[in-house]
Amino acid sequence: MIVFEIHQSGCKITARKGLISNMEKLLLSGNEAIARGAYEAGVKVCSAYPGTPSTEIFENLPQYKDALYCEWAPNEKVATEVAYGAAVAGVRSLCAMKHVGVNVAADPIFTAAYNGVNRGFVIVSADDPSMHSSQNEQDNRYYAKAARMALVEPSDSQECIDFLKEAYEISERFDMPVLFRTTTRISHSKSIVTLSERQEVEAPVYERNVRKNVCTPANAYLNHPKVEANMAALAAYSNTSPMNRVEMKGSKMGVITASIAYQYAKDVFPEDTSFLKLGLTYPLPMDLIRDFASKVETLYVVEELEGFMEEQIKAAGIDCIGKDKVGRLYEQNPQRLKEELFGIKPETTDVGVAAVSRPPALCPGCPHRGFFYTLSKGKNFVICGDIGCYTLGAAAPLSAMDTVTCMGGGFSLAVGMAKAFEMTGQDKKIFGVVGDSTFFHSGMTGAAEIIYNKGRVIPVVLDNSITGMTGHQDNPGSGMTLQGEIAEAIKIENVLAAYGYQNVIIVDPQDLTAMQKAVDDALASEVPAAIIARRPCLLIKRLKHDIAQCVVDNDKCIGCKKCLKVGCPAVMMKGKKSYIDPTQCVGCTVCAQVCPVGAISRKE
Amino acid sequence: MEKKSALLVGVGGQGAILVSKILVAGLMQAGYDVKMSEVHGMSQRGGSVSTQVHWGEKVYSPVIGKGAADIVVAFEKMEAVRYADFLKPDGVAVINDYEIPSSTIAAGLCEYPEGCLEAMQNHFKCFTLNAGEIAMQLGNAKCMNVVLFGAMTKALAMDDIDWEAIITDTVPAKFLELNLAAYRAGRNAAQ
Repeated sequence: MIVFEIHQSGCKITARKGLISNMEKLLLSGNEAIARGAYEAGVKVCSAYPGTPSTEIFENLPQYKDALYCEWAPNEKVATEVAYGAAVAGVRSLCAMKHVGVNVAADPIFTAAYNGVNRGFVIVSADDPSMHSSQNEQDNRYYAKAARMALVEPSDSQECIDFLKEAYEISERFDMPVLFRTTTRISHSKSIVTLSERQEVEAPVYERNVRKNVCTPANAYLNHPKVEANMAALAAYSNTSPMNRVEMKGSKMGVITASIAYQYAKDVFPEDTSFLKLGLTYPLPMDLIRDFASKVETLYVVEELEGFMEEQIKAAGIDCIGKDKVGRLYEQNPQRLKEELFGIKPETTDVGVAAVSRPPALCPGCPHRGFFYTLSKGKNFVICGDIGCYTLGAAAPLSAMDTVTCMGGGFSLAVGMAKAFEMTGQDKKIFGVVGDSTFFHSGMTGAAEIIYNKGRVIPVVLDNSITGMTGHQDNPGSGMTLQGEIAEAIKIENVLAAYGYQNVIIVDPQDLTAMQKAVDDALASEVPAAIIARRPCLLIKRLKHDIAQCVVDNDKCIGCKKCLKVGCPAVMMKGKKSYIDPTQCVGCTVCAQVCPVGAISRKE
Repeated sequence: MEKKSALLVGVGGQGAILVSKILVAGLMQAGYDVKMSEVHGMSQRGGSVSTQVHWGEKVYSPVIGKGAADIVVAFEKMEAVRYADFLKPDGVAVINDYEIPSSTIAAGLCEYPEGCLEAMQNHFKCFTLNAGEIAMQLGNAKCMNVVLFGAMTKALAMDDIDWEAIITDTVPAKFLELNLAAYRAGRNAAQ
């Protein structure tokens, strides 16, 4: 075993034989590389809640479970607290989430930034410009500025590994959490990396430190100046950080850029353009920037979304071209950037035929279909939905949703709407709809709100026993941990019963008669009622599913198109008759149940 | 060598991931710098999906915008039309003569556009094949993706790469013969 001291932080680091025997070159996604980087950096405790585009970081951690602990937490706030607790206890820790997850986790993040750490603590924020799979495209770089912590942005997979290690050094040296920000094109793009061995970081013997770690007002009062002093020291360090580098070429044009925008800019600017390529982007290396600016005739700042760097550079009195040319909406690409900067339009061909939209839809056999079909028939129903596969209940022809805002919002928004309708005398039946993972994430507090504050809302949990949309991660209701161990599943009905819901109706949403009865019974209930629509997602690999085929009897089919109303991708019209695509159908029979003439039957 | 860009487009679940995996393995073995990009999440639920692969001496951006692809491989013919404006004017298209109606078409809200193949053929050099039928003839509908990959290698004309050896290294042994047959059939069908 080799033991050697490493720079700055003074931590003792031990290199041990890792999982790989030689230095391999691999094509890894940014997310795979972050998982690898955490392993190599000696991280010991990792906690996250899944969210696109961050999810694969933690899906790639269990391969290192001999060296580190990793878990799915019920939500991002919990994940952050678990990781922060581990850093206080003296081990390097990691949490990861999508950009909107940081909103959930903001509370512990801001105070962790005051308290500081004992060993390195990194928060990965995976932003989603263009909203490929998100409700907004907020630019989370501002969190670093607001919470007073370092911001590190990799521009490819190799930097995901190398910069993550640097981020731990910064966290320990400057006693602060580090926000490690990727975007979809960093997280989900693959590029070539070279792996290294893991370096163990020795944990100090834990000692209680009330002054540092208990955020009473008096301690916080004393911590704030410490934070500012650390930030000032970090700002000075930023000028010499190996993550901020100058690629000096010509003096005509200079580009300051970071993250994926660096790759776009390298494709677009002429060969003789000089670059100041930043990796530690908050606090900005202002001396380095000033020096670089003085050496070029025209200075560009190229960044996706907001003018985060540009605002600070201009505030420092340095003139540059930025958001006046480079759009702040959606993600960039080289062709778009070229057009915005230099007015050169890409040469494209109009073939004269337009493709129709191909929006995502609930899968054939999706258990949510029966529930939304049932609710789609309610005349005065108001349905507050939530984030997950079941958001697709809003899509035509089901069109059974009024609002979707955020994780857990389905229950609480419904209470506000119910109170508003009561105050304005509108007769509405209000449903709050969340999934099982969302229930544990932040639906539970909404369920408490409904019953305690007497909201006239029927809470519905669509329990498909998995976190579906992000690609099947376990949650406290699924009975398995990220490391593959069996865990006691928490029963949603027990939680609801403990809150005081005396009438918890558990129903198979695929049985439309039972589903309708559950809705009617809940609405008529004289005691607080809730519905759990329970059927596992058909895509869960570890379960055995009852798969068959539904077929249409053309002699019986009257072409009424009622079966199209269930919005199943497998059900369509061929001529005047209904047709069920055998390659897609799984035999769930929801279409058969709505057929008025019994023309659809299930064949085993 | 100047950077080349390929765009693989289709519908979630058609097996574009395996194709990009084989492609990338060959390109890496040939010594190219390689980057690829894909989008996960919402798009997997029957939506339109795309994977980009870029290779050359040095590759910076893992994504391209419009008018920048050297080759588009469409696993479904309407998707070829959807991504046509990503092709360079002298770009090449490999098109699967195969139709998957979208959920909006299935629900009767709109109709599948006519003349997708002809529209592409009128503007680009195209390799068109019915990879679904070829795969069925080979006895397994699922190898449609590798049939398309065969056609793609013909269109790419990168004959210095031993694609059969790459397939042998990449696919599970029990499906090797099927996949090699699919690859060869795709190459032969690509005219």
